Amino acid sequence: MRFIFTRDTWQEIFGTIRKNKLRTAITIIGVFWGILLFVGLQGAAKGMENGFDYTFKDLATNSIFLWGQQTGIPYAGYNRNRTIRLELNDTYRIANQVEGVQFVVPRNAKGIFDGAAPLVVNKLKSGNYKVFGDYPIIDNVSKKKLRKGRFLNHKDISSNRKICVIGERIEKELFEKDDNPIGQYIKISNIYFQIVGVYKENNTDFFEGDDSIFIPFTTFKKVFNTGNRIGWMVIAGYPDEDIVAIEEKTKELLKRRYSVHPNDERAFGAANFGEMFGKITGFVKGLKFTALIVGIATILAGVIAIGNILLITVKERTKEIGIRRALGAKPGEIRGQIILESVFLTLVAGILGMTVGGLSLSVLNNFAKSWDDFPFMNPTVSLQYIGFAIAIMVILGTLIGLIPAQRAVSIRPIEALREE
Amino acid sequence: MIQINELHKSYRMGSNELHVLKGINLDIKEGEFVSIMGSSGSGKSTLLNIIGMLDVAERGEYILDNVPIENLSEKKAAIYRNKFLGFIFQSFNLINYKNAAENVALPLYYQGISRKIRKEKSLYYLEKVGLADWAHHLPSELSGGQKQRVAIARALASEPKVLLADEPTGALDTKTSYEVMDFLQGINDEGKTILVVTHEPDIADMTKRIVQLKDGVIEKDTFVEQVRASEHV
Ligand SMILES: Nc1ncnc2c1ncn2[C@@H]1O[C@H](COP(=O)(O)OP(=O)(O)OP(=O)(O)O)[C@@H](O)[C@H]1O
Ligand SMILES: [Mg+2]
Repeated sequence: MRFIFTRDTWQEIFGTIRKNKLRTAITIIGVFWGILLFVGLQGAAKGMENGFDYTFKDLATNSIFLWGQQTGIPYAGYNRNRTIRLELNDTYRIANQVEGVQFVVPRNAKGIFDGAAPLVVNKLKSGNYKVFGDYPIIDNVSKKKLRKGRFLNHKDISSNRKICVIGERIEKELFEKDDNPIGQYIKISNIYFQIVGVYKENNTDFFEGDDSIFIPFTTFKKVFNTGNRIGWMVIAGYPDEDIVAIEEKTKELLKRRYSVHPNDERAFGAANFGEMFGKITGFVKGLKFTALIVGIATILAGVIAIGNILLITVKERTKEIGIRRALGAKPGEIRGQIILESVFLTLVAGILGMTVGGLSLSVLNNFAKSWDDFPFMNPTVSLQYIGFAIAIMVILGTLIGLIPAQRAVSIRPIEALREE
Repeated sequence: MIQINELHKSYRMGSNELHVLKGINLDIKEGEFVSIMGSSGSGKSTLLNIIGMLDVAERGEYILDNVPIENLSEKKAAIYRNKFLGFIFQSFNLINYKNAAENVALPLYYQGISRKIRKEKSLYYLEKVGLADWAHHLPSELSGGQKQRVAIARALASEPKVLLADEPTGALDTKTSYEVMDFLQGINDEGKTILVVTHEPDIADMTKRIVQLKDGVIEKDTFVEQVRASEHV
């Protein structure tokens, strides 16, 4: 082992490497590409992962949207096509009785699924905008980005306050440029509401866009006379819970409650966001795994190429090796030198590949900043991966070096010297 | 220094067997200068290679400096070669990408000698063969005679007990051959044991003892009056 660290060993190795620069360059190209690909693909996959994470960071990803529809099967004395309207109580039941549920948020809205968008008036300006009746906890489903003021709070709910949070487009359309809407009143369906906040469009909003108005759920109920009915609900599962199972159980519970046939698939509509997100996560994971496999395969191919070229050079150097052995080189020393050469070339190629790979990623990252819609961000390769790659290279370099090394010492010095 | 008893060696080529050495007996004392002669194919190189532990005998006894040489592992053989023997080849066998000084230093590297001393020694021996000024030249920049002198310096550098030279002048013209023999005589004068394989009688005459090989045995073994190479240069 000691001989790895002596200057002489390395001088011998550099001597042989320097002797044929072209050969050395060709030798390392394979591994260079392999690592470049490995780093590039891993980084790109990570970039996509980060991009998706960023896109969905304001979102309870393990969630379902659920609403009532019309029954498809007559059951328990009811005809088919009975309209099911979910009620506020359902949300409590689901939260308490379905396992794995973190919270349930009821929502109501005008101007999106049913009813026309209410007229909203500020002095002389007016427009029709979607209005949502919400609980503050909706913020946990899809985080609102507030440009000004605040979002709804519990006090607003408990005292049925007539306050609202408006989208920035509404601010633009109903207010003068340097007129601060916070604290001002607008008329929604002829009722005055005080504006407490202005929100910015979220990159993962579903229905709100930048032109909606949020008012307290309780206020909505009174103003639009919705009673206990709710438009739909968002059911958020704990992060690791099986969201598909939660959807099943919730539907079972609701079917029992509304006397719906157990096989009726039409009575409740649901958008399982967790399932969708799971597919995206799966896609990113698949991407990373593919990158890993492709990278390792390419590195392997590169290392085998190094082994091959070393084997050829060992044949070329048979005479030289014979001379060295006549002069007293022990087989172990010859073997060690060739293995070290192999490992060294592999590592140099690998480090070059990593450097170029890293640079390409940072260039890519700069480009990515200008792609707004494409989920791509901070493409990085973790140190673990780098360490893993280096370990693989050292191990493979050693293993592959064993073949030419063994070949070099298997020729007897007398035969090696006879070679012309 | 070298004792050889009933040494046999044959080469197997397919079903044929070529019996090259058929019972060699040779006793060489320290400080001798011996030439081995014989027609082409008579087994001169084979004998020298066995003495040089580059090849192994089939049967018989070989004792070098009171050490019986038998059943050597490659590692042992390498250590003995390095410690006891210096080689000079007809085709010089210098490493072409190493300069003269590096070539001379190579056996010292395998002896595990430090860089500094390697450098000093290699320069010392290059000076001894008159090539101090050529220390940093590659073999391709040297003449045949100069290359052989570098090879001699390399063989000497490890301070071996015996120098083995297989047709050291075979690739050189007469004048350069004599120069090389002059060096070898000088080294022998200092007490080094030298074995030279040659088929040139004038070269053999410059040694002190001529061993004639024929049909795998020693046909004639005579001590001769040494002709000094310097008289012919
Ligand atoms: N490795 C080998 N395999 C088979 N035969 C060999 C081998 N080495 C040598 N021989 C044969 O052994 C015989 C002796 O060879 P050797 O090289 O010792 O001869 P030599 O006396 O040195 O001849 P020259 O003067 O031509 O160098 C030759 O017939 C040669 O063909
Ligand atoms: Mg010969």
